[in-house]
Amino acid sequence: MSKEIKILGTGCPKCQAMTGIVKDVVTANNIDATIEKVEDIMEIMKYNVMTTPALVIDGVITIKGRVPSKDEVLALLN
Amino acid sequence: MFDWVQNIADWFVYDVLNMNQGQHLAEALNFFIYDTTKILILLFVVIFFMGIVNSYFPIDKVKNYLSRNKLFGLEYLMASLFGVVTPFCSCSSVPLFIGFVRGGIPLGVTFSFLITSPLVNEVAIGLFVGLFGLKTTIIYVISGVLLGTISGIILQHLKLEGYLTPWAKEVLENAQRDQDKFQAEKQTFKQRLPVIWAEVIKILKGIIPYVLVGIAIGGLMHGYIPEGFLEKYMDKENLFAVPIATILAVPMYSNASGILPVVQVLVAKGIPLGTAIAFMMGVVGLSLPEAMLLKKVMTLKLISIFFGVVTLCIIISGYLFNIIL
Repeated sequence: MSKEIKILGTGCPKCQAMTGIVKDVVTANNIDATIEKVEDIMEIMKYNVMTTPALVIDGVITIKGRVPSKDEVLALLN
Repeated sequence: MFDWVQNIADWFVYDVLNMNQGQHLAEALNFFIYDTTKILILLFVVIFFMGIVNSYFPIDKVKNYLSRNKLFGLEYLMASLFGVVTPFCSCSSVPLFIGFVRGGIPLGVTFSFLITSPLVNEVAIGLFVGLFGLKTTIIYVISGVLLGTISGIILQHLKLEGYLTPWAKEVLENAQRDQDKFQAEKQTFKQRLPVIWAEVIKILKGIIPYVLVGIAIGGLMHGYIPEGFLEKYMDKENLFAVPIATILAVPMYSNASGILPVVQVLVAKGIPLGTAIAFMMGVVGLSLPEAMLLKKVMTLKLISIFFGVVTLCIIISGYLFNIIL
């Protein structure tokens, strides 16, 4: 089943770094997933995070406030 | 404590590179090697220590704590102290603000946190110890915490809830003292260490260029601006120096790592420490980009009051510093 990935962040350098890493992991491992970047702060606050960037996989917040490593993202997606 | 770093710098410059003691370039290089090594070691130690504290006390826990406990006035001080151990990125200021307000934390307490967090953090502390010594660092940390505490109390008493944007008001009305759950609660130290370690390396990597450039600029200024040169323009007797330095600094933005090595040289060249620190607090603590971000949750009037109160407190602490030190 296709995974639904959301990256919450207002566009700061850390958020862009996270987006890059997630995209790399998804393409490199042929993972069936949709990636959506949520930049609207009001949308972001619906997830109740206080630090960005945050990674949401299938509606669950998995990482917040820091840029993860590729291995970490891969582990979360499997 | 850092004699051995001096020995390494001496050995490298005079023995390995075979330069002559007393030569201008040799002395400058020696100073650069000694200073950068010492500062990087201090930064590493402080960032690592703060990383451990932060791993056990993430922002969600801080919010839960402040929202759960009635502290009879101490909550401003607590919020300010939490600001010290919580790393802060200005792009997170809006989510933080909303998160705190949603948790039922009073506006003033939220401000205390928002003010202290960028002013006093692991990078600023590490650099401060390396550049100014322990005593000045302790005074700086205490005044930063008090600045956040007092500004928060003042802002609370101004009753500013009406000046929030409609969205923030709505969040405020629906505020609940809820306790969010979060994962990673029962991790052992061994499980936490890799994440903490990765963060330390990432922070260090991010700031090393600024520190190196800052120290290099500092080194150049050391060599080419005569001692006491700036004193003429900004001595202690000049009552306008502190407010002018602060007001010039507010619109500017830089992180502590870029500005501190330069501030140290300004002090060495005759600017009073209080004036220099007021300037630094203005640069690090308040900035135009932050004001732009806050427009999502605050009306222009509220942002102006917020910046005005904090600027005033920075100016007062600048004067106090000049009197104490």
